[in-house]
Amino acid sequence: MKLLKILCLLIATPLAAQDNTITLSSTTSTQNSGLYDYLLPIFTKDTGINVRVIAVGTGQAIRIAQNGDADVLLVHHRASEDAFVNDGYGTKRYDVMYNDFVLLGPKSDTTNITSLHSFFENTAKTGKYPFISRGDDSGTHKKEQELWAKFTQTTPKGDWYREIGSGMGATLNMAASIDAYTISDRGTWLSFGNKRNLEIKWSGDEVLLNPYGLILVNPEKFPHVQADRSQIFADWITSPRGQTAIGDFRINGKQLFCPDADKTKAEKIIACPAG
Amino acid sequence: MSGDPTLWGIVGLSLRVSLSATIIAAIFAVPLGTALSMGRFFGRRGIIAISSSLMALPPVVVGLAIYLLLSRAGPLGELGLLFTPTAMIIAQSVLIFPIILALTTEAVTPIETTYRPLLHSVAASRWFRLRTLITDARFAIATALLAGFGRAIAEVGAVIIVGGNINGVTRVMTTTIALETSKGNLELAMALGLILIMLAIIVNVFIHWLKSMGAKYQQVSR
Repeated sequence: MKLLKILCLLIATPLAAQDNTITLSSTTSTQNSGLYDYLLPIFTKDTGINVRVIAVGTGQAIRIAQNGDADVLLVHHRASEDAFVNDGYGTKRYDVMYNDFVLLGPKSDTTNITSLHSFFENTAKTGKYPFISRGDDSGTHKKEQELWAKFTQTTPKGDWYREIGSGMGATLNMAASIDAYTISDRGTWLSFGNKRNLEIKWSGDEVLLNPYGLILVNPEKFPHVQADRSQIFADWITSPRGQTAIGDFRINGKQLFCPDADKTKAEKIIACPAG
Repeated sequence: MSGDPTLWGIVGLSLRVSLSATIIAAIFAVPLGTALSMGRFFGRRGIIAISSSLMALPPVVVGLAIYLLLSRAGPLGELGLLFTPTAMIIAQSVLIFPIILALTTEAVTPIETTYRPLLHSVAASRWFRLRTLITDARFAIATALLAGFGRAIAEVGAVIIVGGNINGVTRVMTTTIALETSKGNLELAMALGLILIMLAIIVNVFIHWLKSMGAKYQQVSR
């Protein structure tokens, strides 16, 4: 019977600790960069609200929120975000921040890239270096597919094109191991610890902008969501205090995300997080 | 990260989740496995065959099934258990139940064969037979439990789906290793892996120690 008591304690303790908490469904790119480890303690200190982060690909993050398993969504694929709100799963979308995508490739390839257009065309034609695709329905994967469609009007096919169905980190690990090209958000790239022979081959085009949006899950659809606390989170992260904190976040002295909730500020600067 | 409270929290949660899962799975699997070794009823061989096959159950499949069950959109969504350690305990219990069941049946069967004539000659009740067998086979059964525990503490597929790898809440050894690998922190990931291997070694040494204890015990009692 003593055993049974201990067992009950072991299982029940986590249930007691759920007060004043919201669940944030978000992307691996924001998590892996270390942004949440830096930002959320400041938010918790200001408001007393704890945030639990589930970091998965944008596709899965949206799916989790659609099932009502999260209170707030913070992802980076505008079309999916708008669909989420239009379908009634979310109440409102907020601009939060942005950075940009970068094209990464092996240092050993000295071919001069003259434009994104020519890179995608040549890669599809020659297949000389492998290209690693996330292949996991994440925001980065969707962006990459858009780039192929835009520049080559086809879906890439061949031995050189490898869809690995993994997160950004696993993709970077693989690209670094086999001297391949890939697309990454700048935040994950800057904070990544295993760069080896990879370097930025191209960046700065407007098409590579990577905006993040925050959406509150609709309490009319899911009565159990923490709507009040989620609203506090949205208000805080778009407030000058939250926005300044995002802009101050640095890895090795480099800014990773540019706050953009304030619409009175000037246009987005494409090279904002200078890499 | 070495030596800081975060690391010990992660190791502690790993142990807590996997130990609880082992105890829960054992509460059901040990009596059932013992009964399977005693009985000669219809369908017994079928159950044994199925439980042996389910030892190879992929953790991600278990994780996905429990996820669908506990999701707000699922049948048990009202409980709000998804992304909690409780969900992880449930998933691991389901995962290792067949392992403990099959290994218990296998461990108790030879002892049952030896005891059968004696237990029948004193017309022992079923309940008494079950208790006697579990008591006398306890060292062999402990091996089954530790095998289940080893599987639970080493798996990543189920806990990452139902737990969500939330920092400080549902982050365990294996999900931390997966996360650090994805951040490119390969050395840190490997160091964590070494701690996990150390735990596995401790578990294995324990198994062998129990086995030798059991062997001694059975020699003495004969």
